[in-house]
Amino acid sequence: MERVEETRNEILETIKSPVLTHEQKIAAMARSADSLLEVLNLPEGLDELLNQPVETSKCICDLYEGHAPVRPRYIIPDYARFLQNGSSFLHLDPPQDLEEAVNALLILYKHVPSITNFPVYLGALDELLEPFVIRTEEELARKLIRMFLIHIDRTITDSFSHANIGPAPTTAGRLILEEEEKLQDAIPNLTMKYDENITPDAFALRGIRTALSCAKPSFANHRMFRDELGEDYVIASCYNGLVLGGGSYTLCRLILGNIARRSAGIDDFMKNQLPYVCEVMASYMDERVRFEVEESGFFENHFLVREGLIRRDRFTAMFGLVGMADCVNILMEKEGFSGCRYGRSVKADDLGVDIMEQICRFNRNHTNPYCEVTDGHFLLHAQVGISTDIGVTPGTRIPVGEEPKEWIDHLRHCARFHKYFTSGTGDIFPVDKTVHKNEAFLLDIIKGAFRENLRYLSFYESDSDVVRVTGYLAKRSEIEKLERGENVLHDTTSLGMGAKQNGKALERRIRS
Amino acid sequence: MKASVNKIIPFSSVDGPGNRTAIFLQGCNFDCRYCHNPETRNMCRVCGECVKQCPAKALSVEDGRIRYNIDACCMCDTCIQICPYGSSPRIRELEPEEVFREVSRQIPYIRGITVSGGECMMYPEFLKDLFLLCRKAGLHTLIDSNGSVPFAGYPELLEASDGVMLDIKAFTKDEHRRVTGADNETVLENAVFLASHGKLEEVRTVVVPELFDAEGTIREASGLLAPYLTAAPIRYKIIAYRPFGVREAYRHYKVPDGHLLESLAEAAREEGFRDVVIV
Repeated sequence: MERVEETRNEILETIKSPVLTHEQKIAAMARSADSLLEVLNLPEGLDELLNQPVETSKCICDLYEGHAPVRPRYIIPDYARFLQNGSSFLHLDPPQDLEEAVNALLILYKHVPSITNFPVYLGALDELLEPFVIRTEEELARKLIRMFLIHIDRTITDSFSHANIGPAPTTAGRLILEEEEKLQDAIPNLTMKYDENITPDAFALRGIRTALSCAKPSFANHRMFRDELGEDYVIASCYNGLVLGGGSYTLCRLILGNIARRSAGIDDFMKNQLPYVCEVMASYMDERVRFEVEESGFFENHFLVREGLIRRDRFTAMFGLVGMADCVNILMEKEGFSGCRYGRSVKADDLGVDIMEQICRFNRNHTNPYCEVTDGHFLLHAQVGISTDIGVTPGTRIPVGEEPKEWIDHLRHCARFHKYFTSGTGDIFPVDKTVHKNEAFLLDIIKGAFRENLRYLSFYESDSDVVRVTGYLAKRSEIEKLERGENVLHDTTSLGMGAKQNGKALERRIRS
Repeated sequence: MKASVNKIIPFSSVDGPGNRTAIFLQGCNFDCRYCHNPETRNMCRVCGECVKQCPAKALSVEDGRIRYNIDACCMCDTCIQICPYGSSPRIRELEPEEVFREVSRQIPYIRGITVSGGECMMYPEFLKDLFLLCRKAGLHTLIDSNGSVPFAGYPELLEASDGVMLDIKAFTKDEHRRVTGADNETVLENAVFLASHGKLEEVRTVVVPELFDAEGTIREASGLLAPYLTAAPIRYKIIAYRPFGVREAYRHYKVPDGHLLESLAEAAREEGFRDVVIV
């Protein structure tokens, strides 16, 4: 009863909130209601690792997915198939021109569920629209794409909604980049898949110009993702590599710093604590996946499945982690090497790599019957943190304020860690505005980084309004509004405010 | 042959196309009023003034030379600000191989290197050897020069170099003397020589409105080089004077406004330059 009373209070607080919009309130209340159910067979030991304060002892976090998952966390519809066939559920014929195509997509977006209740993947917009764009007079195509993008920003009010372009150049891709530069909107999140053997410099430079003005697109290492997930991989949500026509059932994360806190030292961490927490988290994820597949009814009943836009056997699950820096620094201190800081010392970074190797081995040995598309294994994910994280650094990133003086050293550090995270990792670099005069400077860095197996890079100009907070985008001007107590359109703005205040997310070292 | 190296910047976005490692050599035969790194002009005379004033105790005199402890240095720049001779105690004497080793840490993130100064053409043999090493590693090699040393005398260096970024600080002899303290006959000969050999990557002029006639310089220089543009493109970079790093005595000049800079770019275009950049 105590929990019921607590939940009631939570709901009432949500109802009375002066800063949440109507839609944000409805989503929050649904989460509260769902949290009262107890239908999962929870693994032994979970409670002691999960329901703890994040500042000290929480070792596993389920990112508020709820106690009875009603749908997979991330859903990646095959939009090309939709445009090809139309939808009988939505009473839509296949579109014949650009006007009908953007209209059809905007309709489908309203019906794609996810953890945020907004679609986390909007499609490879350049490939989807190009056949229609080339049959349309360019100025009309530009206008339609502009309206399409504005519609997305104002109605899909969550910047985890992610569109892809590239690696090949297209007119549609160019128009999207040109219009985004003018619009200065936080949504959609945008990734350019880049491969130096496929993407011409001119198209990549066009992408960089837009990125410097509005923090998007980010750049994904096409060769690397393709080799790991196949040609039909996509980038969704923050920077998550997933398979088209599938998605991710769930994402839970290890809070590595707190696992280090409960360890006596490196040996105890490696031999006892880390394997134990990994085992409990994997069991918990297995149970969440089982409920979604075997009990929720989602895969039997949802029209996306019935119309072949997603398939159960294309889903996997994401085994996440945060706080590598915290973890390494705590273990170094426990061993009496407090001068060896993560990102600054080879000894500390080597320990980080050892920890990754161990987590990787654990994942290779753990199988789940419903992750066929990824050979029965979960995919590792460097989670970027959430707004309520206090004293938790994102994924394997170097803490803000401790970045190496030289950019090359920072990139070399990234190169040691990016390879582990097939379902996403990334680093963000604000750059000085002098770089604006030399976009090829950033292109050279992207080329070099991707040759060195860095996976995903984001840039923004240090004084631009649209900024990349952790993986998603927000407008500084909107965060400031929220800080003044005014309500704002996008739910991710409040996450941005949290990350700014708790995670120093807007104080990264500026590169030039 | 060793060179005196003032500093190496691993990634530079402002020393030529793309991302490059920029290497600054010590010593210059010009004395430009607006020089923004005046500590690169002269060689250290071991007077010891910086040793006395270093707040981090990172400097000492050993065997008649200044010894610099980079780990103790707090990068406050007191030493270069107080140096009575326009030099720096943080200079290293390095072989081409040693510099190349530091450059190669940046591979594959850089497309090339740019050697600047001071005046790097005071070390032509060093440059040639360094460039040959870089070429072998697939790196693009650029020289950033004031044009005071005749390039015609160094065919092997030019062969190993992808091009020169040349300052034309003023076109008339009198104005050049006022700006730099030196004549510019060789500079202009170099401009034509390099352009006619397809080795002139870029010409640049720093615009200081009260110091010399920038429009005259840009028009004359553009006109002089226009006949060679068909053979190989040349960029004209028009640089606004900024007081950062400039010696106190010359910090009073006004920063040119955008309107003036645009009209100067237009002048270069009228003479036939297609690639004109304002920074």
